[in-house]
Amino acid sequence: MGFRRRKYEERIFRVLMLGATAVVVGSLLLILGTVVIKAWPALKLDMILKTPRGGYYMGKEGGILNAILGSLYLASGATFLALLLSLPIVLYLNVYTRRKSAWAVQVRFALDVLWGVPSIVYGAFGFIVMVLIGLRASLLAGIITVALLELPIMARAMDEVIRLVPQALKDASASLGATRLETAFKVVLRQCLPGLLTAVLIAFGRGVGDAASVLFTAGFTDSVPTSLFQPAATLPLAIFFQLGTPFPEVQQRAYASAALLTFLILIISLAARALSRKLRKHTLK
Amino acid sequence: MTPEPHLRIRDLSVAFGAQSVLKNVSLDVPDRKITVIIGPSGCGKTTLLKSLNRLLDSVDDVTITGGIFVDDEDIYAPGVDVTRIRKKMGLLSQKPQVLPMSIFDNIAYGPRIHGLRDGKAVAAIVERELRSAGLWDEVKDRLHAPASRLSVGQQQRLCLARGLAVEPEIILGDEPTSALDPQSSRIVEQRLIELKAGYTVIVVTHILRQARRIADYIAFLYLGELVEHGPAAEVFARPRDPRTRAYLTGEIS
Amino acid sequence: MLLLTALPGLVVGLILLGLLLKSRGILAMKPLSALLFGSDWHPLKGGFGLFPFLVGTLWVTLAAMILAVPISLLTAVYLSEYAPRIVRSAAKPLIDLLSGIPSVVFGVWGVLLVVPFVGRVVAPLFGVYSSGYSILAGAVVLAIMIFPTIILVCLEVFASVSQDLRDTSLALGATKWETVKHVVLRKGAGGIIAAVVLGFSRAFGETMAVLMVVGNVAKVPHSLFDSAYPLPALIANNYGEMMSIPLYDSAIMLSALVLFLIVLVFNLAARVFLTRVEKKVE
Repeated sequence: MGFRRRKYEERIFRVLMLGATAVVVGSLLLILGTVVIKAWPALKLDMILKTPRGGYYMGKEGGILNAILGSLYLASGATFLALLLSLPIVLYLNVYTRRKSAWAVQVRFALDVLWGVPSIVYGAFGFIVMVLIGLRASLLAGIITVALLELPIMARAMDEVIRLVPQALKDASASLGATRLETAFKVVLRQCLPGLLTAVLIAFGRGVGDAASVLFTAGFTDSVPTSLFQPAATLPLAIFFQLGTPFPEVQQRAYASAALLTFLILIISLAARALSRKLRKHTLK
Repeated sequence: MTPEPHLRIRDLSVAFGAQSVLKNVSLDVPDRKITVIIGPSGCGKTTLLKSLNRLLDSVDDVTITGGIFVDDEDIYAPGVDVTRIRKKMGLLSQKPQVLPMSIFDNIAYGPRIHGLRDGKAVAAIVERELRSAGLWDEVKDRLHAPASRLSVGQQQRLCLARGLAVEPEIILGDEPTSALDPQSSRIVEQRLIELKAGYTVIVVTHILRQARRIADYIAFLYLGELVEHGPAAEVFARPRDPRTRAYLTGEIS
Repeated sequence: MLLLTALPGLVVGLILLGLLLKSRGILAMKPLSALLFGSDWHPLKGGFGLFPFLVGTLWVTLAAMILAVPISLLTAVYLSEYAPRIVRSAAKPLIDLLSGIPSVVFGVWGVLLVVPFVGRVVAPLFGVYSSGYSILAGAVVLAIMIFPTIILVCLEVFASVSQDLRDTSLALGATKWETVKHVVLRKGAGGIIAAVVLGFSRAFGETMAVLMVVGNVAKVPHSLFDSAYPLPALIANNYGEMMSIPLYDSAIMLSALVLFLIVLVFNLAARVFLTRVEKKVE
């Protein structure tokens, strides 16, 4: 192959590569741009401050406070529950057992399986459990289902952070006479705190944005839930239902809701990034 | 010193970001001799070697000033075809780097890249190099097996054979035996000595005994500076600089 | 704490068990092959052939893969091997951001831009009539959704290829592109396959965005411009009605089970490839 032809081939692929990258970045900007532009007319302060009025799903007045608070309550509850479950699991896997132990491998395998389960399946499963225990579509049912969805995501993110703690550090703690529990809490957790918070934020973001898991389980309502057993509106479902109505004004609000949801996710994402940068600054190496 | 140096380094300075690694190194590398660069670890030896075949180009944020002349051509001149320069030099790394392909394809990689299409010619080159490396009998029945299945010593000899297949003029060795067992090390050293008949060899090593065994010419690099250089016998017997003396006696390492 | 670690395994088992039990009803009524390969979907008349949904999901997913894989691979190679550091550090957060955008927002965007584009621009170009709610629209939206999945895994795989190996190829006189072709891509082949399989699995299970743009017509599609009805959409759409018609809920749960198993198989396959790559690095 002549030298010119080698360079020629490289040049073609360079153009293709740049084009591909432009497509990827461009589609992000296109999506964000479209949503914001379309949402602009309907983005009023009322949207976040008021609940909808006027019947049939989203009325033509009011806002989506029901969905905003509903999502926040639900995602917070779910994230808290997932945290209570993932943290001990991941700590156990990293402090109490060797990485390669048969049990650790199996648990991580199960977590991997769960990680890949589509959220609609979690929704269906949540529905089965609800029916089984006689729970109606409610905030609680949504919290349990979304907690299950978030668990593998949070656990994986935490695992990646905690496994970076060098064995030498854990050994040093042990040789100073600390029990495994003490090592876990005082040494490992402290070292990883920013990373763990990042994991929590990532999972929270997922919980806020997911629709399929809450479709069956959290119900929907125009009001802000005041108890765990009441149905709760969620932002993704609010968007979905608003878009599905035949009223253009309501569809307009769907765009505004979408913009709000995206904005919320953006903030969470930025916070997670900022934390993980802090992580890189303060870890011992 | 022998007449025309094959490679001349003039005032070479290399910095990674703000960190200066090589400072004004000037060296004439004699033709068809083994030049060994010695010095404590971390003092720029590998950087010097990598600047010779412009592998430093891949590093982010590197500043290179000065000139390197191979047969009077400045290899850092703008517009120079890097792949042609690199073809003139064969690199042997510290850890044997076999390409993710068969033994045959490893050796054939270079010639094929440079345009050789004829299957028979390629096969002939592969056999020639494997024979010179003393590997032919060991691998002739599994030429198409993955090269990663060879032992470490065999891999390094394969890498050397692969480097020779593109018919370079200069052979660069970056601590070429430090990952090998003593027997394989000896084989590789022996090869290098055989090769100086036809090639200019530049080896970087931290093993002084190895330097004593194979070097015709010595360059001592300390903290990025070329402290002393000259024919091996002289430098070892009558080092002029106190730092060289300290290194040779083991005071600094 | 030890007991809690049994939780993940327990949940997997429970999901399987739950879905299986709930599917019993319809499995007792009809043989599995009729359910999986029958095209007759008329729940009111007792027709529960899932074939159109399986085919629909497959079409959309494959079309999305054909769009996503080349673009993602090229982007990953560019970012890993060619891009200046500034570009690389700017692109990574953007890709992360893309992966965080919720499914519904993709759906809204799809309805706003992609559906009209397909219906009014692309379809006429091919001389076909389409409402725009089509497999093509679903594929475009889905492809963008899985860009981050494939790109991020590929970036990790490429990063695991040592610079020394690249240097070796360069030292022999190869160009950067030849090095990428013969060394980086080869060494990373297992990981690239894993990335693709993961992308496939993610696309297969994706619900909301696809549901909103793909038309939801329960017929076996015959062209990219036809509407389709992917399996996840079936499950999502029929939440309300499934309790009132006999065997409907059982059929829906069976769909969920089938979906779960397919995604499971692909994820496990991807994992096998990735562990092989990890082992090689170690």
